[in-house]
Formats: sequence, structure tokens, C-alpha cells
Amino acid sequence: MTAIDPLDMPVTEAGKGYWSGVGARLIRDPLTLICMSVIALLILSAIFAPWLGLGDPYKGSMIARLKPIGTPGHILGTDEQGRDMLARLIYGGRLTLFIGLTPVVLAFFIGGTLGIVAGYAGGWVNTLIMRTVDVFFAFPSVLLAIAISGALGAGIVNSLVSLTIVFIPPLTRVAEAVTSGVRALDYIDAARASGASALTVIRVHVIGNVLSPIFVYATSLTSVCMILAAGLSFLGIGVRPPEPEWGLMLNTLRSAIYVNPWLSALPGLMIFITSLCLNLLSDGVRSAMNVRD
Amino acid sequence: MSVTEPQTPPLPTPLADSAPDKGGPAQPLLIVRDLQKYFPVRGGILGGKKAVVQAVDGVSFEVRKGETLGIVGESGCGKSTTARLLIGLLEKDSGEIIYDGQDLGGALSLRDLRRGVQMVFQDSYASLNPRLTIEDSIAFGARIQGLSDPVGRARKLMDRVGLAPDRFAQRYPHEVSGGQRQRINIARALAMSPRLVVLDEAVSALDKSVEAQVLNLLADLRREFGLTYIFISHDLNVVRYISDRILVMYLGEVVEIAPVDDIWSSQAHPYTKSLFSAMPSMDPDNRTKEPPLAGDPPNPINPPPGCRFHTRCRFVDSVCKTKVPALRPLTAGGQHMAACHLHDLGSGHKLAGKDVLS
Amino acid sequence: MFSYFLRRVILMLPVAFGVSVICFLLVQIAPGDPLTAIMPVDATADEQAAMRAIYGLDKPLPIQYAIWIGNLAHGDMGKSIATGRPVAGEVFGAVNNSLLLAFSAAVIAFPIGIFLGFLAGYFRDTWIDRVVTAISIAGVSVPNYWLGIVLVIIFSVNLGWLPSMGAGPGGSQDWSWDWLHMRHLVLPAVTLAVVPIGIVARTVRALAGDLLTQDFVLALYAKGMSRGDVLRHVARNAAATALSVMGLQLGYLLGGSILIETVFNWPGSGFLLSNAIFQRDLPLLQGTILVLALFFVAMNLIVDVAQAAIDPRIKRS
Repeated sequence: MTAIDPLDMPVTEAGKGYWSGVGARLIRDPLTLICMSVIALLILSAIFAPWLGLGDPYKGSMIARLKPIGTPGHILGTDEQGRDMLARLIYGGRLTLFIGLTPVVLAFFIGGTLGIVAGYAGGWVNTLIMRTVDVFFAFPSVLLAIAISGALGAGIVNSLVSLTIVFIPPLTRVAEAVTSGVRALDYIDAARASGASALTVIRVHVIGNVLSPIFVYATSLTSVCMILAAGLSFLGIGVRPPEPEWGLMLNTLRSAIYVNPWLSALPGLMIFITSLCLNLLSDGVRSAMNVRD
Repeated sequence: MSVTEPQTPPLPTPLADSAPDKGGPAQPLLIVRDLQKYFPVRGGILGGKKAVVQAVDGVSFEVRKGETLGIVGESGCGKSTTARLLIGLLEKDSGEIIYDGQDLGGALSLRDLRRGVQMVFQDSYASLNPRLTIEDSIAFGARIQGLSDPVGRARKLMDRVGLAPDRFAQRYPHEVSGGQRQRINIARALAMSPRLVVLDEAVSALDKSVEAQVLNLLADLRREFGLTYIFISHDLNVVRYISDRILVMYLGEVVEIAPVDDIWSSQAHPYTKSLFSAMPSMDPDNRTKEPPLAGDPPNPINPPPGCRFHTRCRFVDSVCKTKVPALRPLTAGGQHMAACHLHDLGSGHKLAGKDVLS
Repeated sequence: MFSYFLRRVILMLPVAFGVSVICFLLVQIAPGDPLTAIMPVDATADEQAAMRAIYGLDKPLPIQYAIWIGNLAHGDMGKSIATGRPVAGEVFGAVNNSLLLAFSAAVIAFPIGIFLGFLAGYFRDTWIDRVVTAISIAGVSVPNYWLGIVLVIIFSVNLGWLPSMGAGPGGSQDWSWDWLHMRHLVLPAVTLAVVPIGIVARTVRALAGDLLTQDFVLALYAKGMSRGDVLRHVARNAAATALSVMGLQLGYLLGGSILIETVFNWPGSGFLLSNAIFQRDLPLLQGTILVLALFFVAMNLIVDVAQAAIDPRIKRS
């Protein structure tokens, strides 16, 4: 019984892993690559802002307030306190991106873990976790973020906390759904039947198969989180002045709307561009990872 | 292929690292007594427990060392639940599972049982982790059980089931065919050096030509490694080919159990009879004359009282509706057993002992 | 149908309980002593203790919660610290205005979203599809508080066509259906409609695209049914899902209006909420959040039941 039917022979290339396939598909997707570059550029310029030869984002000037776009020395003009807009927009990326992305990362780990545990364990553990999550779903995300931030008060840490709480429930729910799907498959039973502990089964057989859908879902939340994070600052319950942050800048520049209208819209444009790229990037990652919604 | 005498197999060269034999050749490898598993059905306004599905209800049988026991029955009869109970994937409600003389939950831990009993699943797609290479999938169990050189074992077994290790070891499940995946599943089960392998519809999803190859492989492996099989299928021809004895289940109960040749020549339970008569024959002189079984099996949530088959039985009598027939030998001390009032002269069935089945 | 409704209501109760617990805890997580807002700075320890006893703050949390719920049952949400008026009255007046805004946005968003989504799904992979997809991605990506500002710049600052602030002439709080008031509604409602247009369009596109490629559609054409009648069948199949998405969006509109109300000084719940936050008026904050969340819970219930009424498959699962 060593001969096998010739029709039964494999025809594919050997040893193509999942992740090399994902990489290959991403490289052939120009729109996703462009968005990735824009995001990378924003992050890099935010990190390396001090070395870019920009003006001081904190130093204002009473005589150079609200200079229009194109003013020599202030290519994007100055804000209501005479601070250089270009410098503030680039420095503003630091806090905006940090507060806009970190909560999703934290919620990905916390909610992912909760969801995998709930989905794998089933029973009362599942009921406990998922019914708690249901309660948080009773709040629209904007309302929940504003409620928690409003109660905690302004501040970077408070914003991170409230946004993380907002994004844990949806990630838990998705992680639970995909995990219970995988849990029902025979290879999990086969692994259990080999005597492996629950932790080993989860580590070897569950995580690899649920990670992509959870990850893709998390990427789709980044844009919402960005908008929300900046929105909290816009409301005055996020980052405190005088820190440069796009939402906060949008708020303080509202007073200039009749003086120099387009200048006052610039920080919002940055939020829009970032969130658009994050959304498109998420779509690209979704199709590269073969995840369906 | 089939044998009617209780085998005393020349106790085989077991797989390296197999757990040692404890009870000797006369001790059945597996004894199942009054196995029971009910599943709660939730529903109603509060989602409370509404009813139970009596998936496996009082199932008893033995599997001797080195034999193949075939289990047949319609879908939903409790075959797969029984299989999952036997390898400890489901927890039994009551009853005994005695592996090589040791009681599961008593002298035998679940971990030890899993060392000795492995399973091959039906769906070859769902039974392999798509993110693991074939080699890793096979080696996983051996690694968990702390057996020596898991990768070496995996490659040796791949070779044995007809998959060249150099070509297949680093491939992923989606890159190979259904027949190849089922070979991988077999190798994975064997990698833990089990003595009993439960094959749950292991060839049912394969093309006929591939099915034959895999059946031959299974037969060879059994001989070579001295394995014992429980072979679950709905395909009577396949079961006949591979089994020594056949067990017939209906709605969570055993209705008949007999050596394969005995049951092939005469079926003692009306349900078994209908199953066999529904089987197409290649011989034009051997036409199907019995009326085939009508309708679906009754709902296992609320199985009929008395004999569970009485709602579909051609020979039903009043006693069948009230009294549960016991599984008993047709002749004293015989191996052919059936649970039917027709064979019990004292049952009060008006056709009892009249030989209406043949 | 009635038993399904009853089951949904019973399942909703623990959620409503959880919502009330979260709203109760909101005040607890707030930094600082709730007393500082009402006590003079030089109050003695005895005076503080007496005040604590009056407000029940000396009791353990579960008792405080029970008292709070007991008061809620009588429609008493406490008094606003800033104005001293009962919270309930302030909240319901504001929620009325928010509902007006949310429904107006829905009236704009849903027909446009459905139309665009259906076009894209019907003409899948053509330029129409790509344009609609681009619109809907832009729609869900835009920070709507910024979009509001941009619309104000265009239509109020540059063109001077529409007012940028308030709900009526001269900061009027009383709504009426005349053009003097309604022109105040246009910009905030359009702004608020943009995100749901994107989401509804995306949902309907996926639904229509999937349904149109299904075998039953082919079978309908094969038996000679006209294009319009086939589309009616498709629409009926898509209705339940589309309805649930829209119902949820209506709830989100109410929550999402907070930022827009701030941009346009719309005297709704969001406006009230931001006032409550800045004046550290915790009872008002708590009451507003509670009412909005319970409204959202009720909205979910209505959506579920309506969906079950349309789609018989849901009741059985």
C-alpha cells in the first residue's frame, strides 16, 4: 500500500504558508500601498518632528496671529496665537495618532483574549463575558466615550482609558464569534483527544485561525477611534491646551472661522486624510488576508 | 476478511511506545456498559432547560483485542455521540467505559485513555488545522504525549500511510487532496501509538476509488500494528468489508449486534432487516422485495415508549408499545444478539418465535 | 410573534439593569468628592459628615444604587447642580430636540443611502459601483464635526445662505415648523446624515450584490418574470437586514449628534451633555446618558421585533 493513485498526486507548489501569501497580495494592491505610505509618512514625521527644521509649535506671537496660508515663513499660516500651523499640524500628529491608535491596540489584546476565552470555554464563562459585553453595546460608541471621558475629566490617560473601554466590547464579540466557529471544527476535537490542555489547544490550534479576522476587524476600528479621539479633544475632554492635537486645534480655531475660514479647517482635513487612509488600508488588509465580513 | 470465532490474535507487534497490554488477550480491549448521554435543549421564554435529547441511552457492547467492530445506523442514531464519549470528547452522564480492564474515571484517567484510544474524523477539511504543516499536525499529539522524536515519528507514519515525507511534510492541508488528507488524519491518530482507533465515517466523504484505497490501508495498518478498530459508517458494504462484528443502533439504543457473516445471512431485528433490504444489489435476481423503511426516525427528544422502533415496524404488536425489549442472545450463549420481542417467546408478542423475518 | 416579543423584552431587562449600573458608576469614577461642588470650602468635618448623611453618601455603594434606582422609578433623577432644576425636565426637553435632529438626518440619509447602495449593487464592478464605493468610504471616514465646520464655512460664512448656530432666530429654544426655524435644521441634519449615508449604502450594496447573484433570482428570470418584479423579490429579501442596520443607525444618530450639536449650538442632549461636563454637573451628565442609552436599548428592541415580523426565519432561531 505505498503506491498512490496518480490522480491523487499534488499539483501545487510545496510549502506556501499563509503569511507569505498575504504579503504577496498586499504588494500587488497599489491603493493599499499608497495608504500605507501616507500613514507611515504621518507617523514618521510625527516621531521625527524635532529634526525636520520646523518652527516651535508652542511659541506664539501676538503680532503674527492668523496669518493666511502661504505667508512667507509660515507656509500654512499661523493659528489664533500666532503659532506656526505646519509645525503644529506635524507635531499634532504625535498625540492624535497615539491616542487614536493605542486604544484599538489595547482593546485588541484585551477584547481578543476575552472573546477567545468566552468562545473556547462556552458555558457559564461565555454567558458571563458576553452578557457583560451586551450591556456596553447598549451605548452608541460616541456616547460611551463621551460619558466616560466626561466623568473622568480631560487628560491623555483618561482618553486612552475611555476609548479602550469603548472598543473592548466589539472586539470581544467578534473574537467570540470566530472562536466558537473554530471551536466546533474537528481539528480542535482531534487536538483535545490527543490529551492537550485547553491552553495548548488555544495556543497551537485556535489563535492562528482566529487572529486574522480579529485583526482585520481591529484595523477597521482604527479610523473610528481616530475620529473619536480627536472628537473628545474637540469637545475639550481629551488633550489639554496648549498641546498640539488636531481635534483640539480644530476647536480653538473655531473662533477664527470668520477671519480665516480655510485655515481653521486644516486640522480637520488632517483627521479626514488619516481616517480615510486607515479605512482603505483596513479594506486592503481584509482582502489580502482573505477575511470575509 | 471476517471471522466469526472470537479471535485470539497473535498479539501483534504494537506501535512503538504503545501502552503495554494489561488484561491479557482474553480481556476485551473495551467494555461499554449502560452508556448514557442526554443533551439539554434550551428554549422557552427564559431560555431554560426545556427538554433532553436522549442521544445515547443505555448502550452496552464489548470490543475484543484485534477485532473491528462496525457500528451502523441512520444519521442521528447516536453513532457519533458514542464515538465522542469513547474518546472522552464528551462526558458521559452515566454508565461504564472499561479500557483493558480499567474503569474510566476509576483506575483509568482521561489522559491515559487518550493515550490508548484515538479517532479519525469524517470531514477531512475540518479535521486538519489549516495553519499547520502536515508534519506539525501529525507530530502534535506525540509531542503532547511526550513521546520521543515526534517529527521522526510523523515522517515515518507519513511514509507508512503512503505520503512521501520529503514531498508532503511541509505542505499545508489545502494543498493536498481529500484522500491524502484522510491519510494524514490516520497518521495523526497513529502517531500517539493508540491501541484502539475509532473511525467515525472515516471514508464516507471520499470518492469510491479513493475510499477503497483508504480501506485497504486501514486493513493493512490494523494487521501490521495489531490495532483494534471501531468503524462507524452508514454504508453497509464498507462496514462488511472491514468489520468482524456489526452493531446496529437506532435512536440511541443498540438493537442488534452480531458477527458480520451471521448478520449478513439473517437479520434478527426488523430495523436491521429494513436497513439491509434498502441496500441496492448488483444481482438482478436479487431484487429488493421488502418494502423500504418509510418516514424519518422519531424525534429523539421524545422517543416512543416501549420499543423505540415500534412506530415504523411492520410487526408491531401491543407489547412493543409498552415494554422495552432487552438485548439478548438469539441462542443461549450465542454471539448474535438482538433487542426485539419477536425473539422472546415469553414476551407476549403474537408473532414471537414465528420466524417472520426470514 | 407575541411570545418572541415577550422573550426579547425579558432578555432586555438585564441589559437595562447593566446600563443603569454603568450610569450609576459614572458618578463614582469621577475624580474628586461629589460634595466639593455643593459644600463651602471652609466646611468643618462635622458639617461634611452631616451633608454626606443627607445625600446618602455615607452608605455602601449597593445601598446608594438602590436609593438611586428607587428615585428613578418615581421619575426623580436628582437635581442639576448648576441650575438646581430637576434633571428629568432638562433632559427630556433636550432629547426632544435631539430626536428632531436625528430623525431629520435619517430622513435625508436613508433614501439616499438605499438608492446609492442599490445602484452600486446592481451595477457591480462598473464605474457607478466605484463612485458609490468611494462616496461611502469617504462618508464613513469623515469626522463629521469637521464636515459641519466646512459646511458652515461654505454656506454661512462665504455664501451666507444658512444660519450656523442655534435652533431658531435669536437663540430661540421653542421649535416650530416654519422656515425661520427649519433653516437652522438644514446644516446640522445634512452633516449628521453623511456617515449613515455611507454605512447604509455599503450595507445595501453588499445585500443587493449578494442577492442578485443567487440562484432564486436566476430562477425568477428563467420563469419569465419581469425585471421590476424580480427586483421587488430582491428588495423583500433585503428588507429585514437593511431595516436592522437603519434602526441601529437611528440610535447612533442620536448618540452621534452630541458632537454636531456642539458645532451648531443645537439645544439638544449633546449640548446639554457638554454643558454638564464643563460645569462638572454629574447628576445632569448621569441622567442624560441614562436616557440616551435606554432610548438606544428600546430602539434595538423595536428593530429586533420589526425584523422578526418581516423575516420569519428569525423567530425560529
